[in-house]
Amino acid sequence: MKTAPRSTSALLYLSGVTVSFDGFKALNNLSLLIEPGEMRAIIGPNGAGKTTMMDVITGKTRPDEGEVVFDGQADLTKLDEAHIATLGIGRKFQKPTVFENHTVRDNLLLALAGLRSWYKLLGAAPTRAENNRLAEILSIIRMEAQQHMLGARLSHGQKQWLEIGMLLAQNPKLMLVDEPVAGMTDVETETTAQVLREVNKSHSVVVVEHDMSFVRALGVKVTVLHEGSMLAEGSLDQVSADPRVVEVYLGR
Amino acid sequence: MITRFLWTGMGRNLRLFVLLVLAVGIVVPALNLLMPKTSAFYVPAYALQLIGKYLCYASLALAVDLVWGFCGILTLGHAAFFALGGYCMGMYLMRQIGARGVYGNPILPDFMVFLNYPELPWFWHGFNHFWFAAAMIVIVPSVLALALGWFAFRSRVTGVYLSIITQAMTFALLLAFFRNDMGFGGNNGMTDFKDILGYSVQADTTRAALCFASALALAIFLVISGAIIGSRFGTALIAVRDAESRMRFLGYRAETYKLFVFVLSAAMAGIAGALYVPQIGIINPSEFAPGNSIEAVLWVAVGGRGTLIGPVIGAFIVNFAKTYLTGALPEVWLFALGALFIVVTLFLPKGVVGLWAQLRARNLARKATAA
Ligand SMILES: Nc1ncnc2c1ncn2[C@@H]1O[C@H](COP(=O)(O)OP(=O)(O)OP(=O)(O)O)[C@@H](O)[C@H]1O
Ligand SMILES: [Mg+2]
Repeated sequence: MKTAPRSTSALLYLSGVTVSFDGFKALNNLSLLIEPGEMRAIIGPNGAGKTTMMDVITGKTRPDEGEVVFDGQADLTKLDEAHIATLGIGRKFQKPTVFENHTVRDNLLLALAGLRSWYKLLGAAPTRAENNRLAEILSIIRMEAQQHMLGARLSHGQKQWLEIGMLLAQNPKLMLVDEPVAGMTDVETETTAQVLREVNKSHSVVVVEHDMSFVRALGVKVTVLHEGSMLAEGSLDQVSADPRVVEVYLGR
Repeated sequence: MITRFLWTGMGRNLRLFVLLVLAVGIVVPALNLLMPKTSAFYVPAYALQLIGKYLCYASLALAVDLVWGFCGILTLGHAAFFALGGYCMGMYLMRQIGARGVYGNPILPDFMVFLNYPELPWFWHGFNHFWFAAAMIVIVPSVLALALGWFAFRSRVTGVYLSIITQAMTFALLLAFFRNDMGFGGNNGMTDFKDILGYSVQADTTRAALCFASALALAIFLVISGAIIGSRFGTALIAVRDAESRMRFLGYRAETYKLFVFVLSAAMAGIAGALYVPQIGIINPSEFAPGNSIEAVLWVAVGGRGTLIGPVIGAFIVNFAKTYLTGALPEVWLFALGALFIVVTLFLPKGVVGLWAQLRARNLARKATAA
């Protein structure tokens, strides 16, 4: 089933997206709509296709079928990762990946929105505005003390924070955040929810998370994925009450 | 702005090292030219030539390390760029011979007369001018690197496949240059050079100047490399090496970063090869032999991959050992090379420079606990 691209006000619009790996459908006719300024939580059991959905949006995986439209115009299925990133889509990975041989500060500097072209970077020194922004982000993620530490020496939780900081530095229109609180303490989890709510004031956010108390703390609309399709959508209380959701996910 | 770019990028160690390279390039030729042959400080002609040769190898090693150490591409074909630069220089030197060849043909080099070439092949035109040859020394390796890198990096060929492609490239060139009908002198290559820029290649002063030029080239390459690695480009490059796809998701075109360095590195290797040929007096297809590229990788491994000083030190250590052993115990050299490779991979993952840094750190730690 194919629908023509709607002229939509949606920031992100997925329609009929299917991805198969050797016949196995990781995404099966998935449709999703994110409004500008919205924060959406995506939940679903292991293997539901949450990460694959992010791979499709960021250009890592090409869908076999379906449309992915960003900002009402850009067809993301035709663009590569770097192009999509410069359109304003940032991503935090499920497995935190920071640059191990770079300091926390250099990690953030690399992520900082702005210079990407190789020949301009040859002669550029960080500007005052860039340094100020780095200081701001370091304070939001509470890593001022570690700013000169190499990425390789950070704990798992610190890497998670650094990744969130890199997302902030990138300042994208849409943030895709894959399991941000895995490996964090309860206090850190609560702080992360606060940070994301704060970030959501100026950015649209899609968060994938298993941690239900975290999703509850976010207090936003929830989409439940199951076997590559959308199973339910609504507030956390609504979807928790849905018998199909209970069966595949919450009831276990 | 350029000076700031060049100067601030370099650390103190690198600045000192560049000065050391320049000092070698001045002192060694000076001792050869100025000292009486009886003096203890006299540098004999063969030693001068040897050091000039090592300096060219050191530039090749630096070029390899830019690609291997900083882009993470294990190149097994860099000697091809070196040899191409060498061939461009060889063509210039052949045309300088003029009518002084064995056959006395004012236009055609001897091997062409011998092979009954009716006229100069089109691609030999222009090589009678030094400026043209100098341009080709840079352009030919760069264009090859650009073409290869363009296709390989854009189609995201990485790892061992990329290594195999580079090795295949040098092997293909080896076979091509062996052919007489390619017009580069077949398996004999080019030799019996007479003049460079009007000066006899045999003259002591010319040899001294070539040795100095090799040191100067190496020094310039070190400064350029230091500036690039120390810049924000360098930060991005190392990030591409460590986590290429992560950089793409941040909006960087990883392939252009690698391509720029690959091309620059090929140009450096080409210049090194061009300086090498007049000093040793011959260029032939054996310079394309896959083993040469692999040896260059070994110099980098011994000296310290991913450092700028390491490759230079590695090139000197390994080649000094090679010169000594192939003279004193020729049958031992290959075994020594193999053993060296094993020792370095097992015990010195960061090469001599890494070992030195480690020892210094340990020393500091000991002092700290003692205090
Ligand atoms: N590159 C791939 N090749 C083959 N199968 C894949 C690939 N990537 C994902 N899959 C499969 O697709 C399915 C969906 O995977 P995905 O990572 O999207 O799940 P997820 O919802 O993120 O799960 P989790 O909660 O465990 O992170 C899984 O069964 C996975 O094994
Ligand atoms: Mg996942």
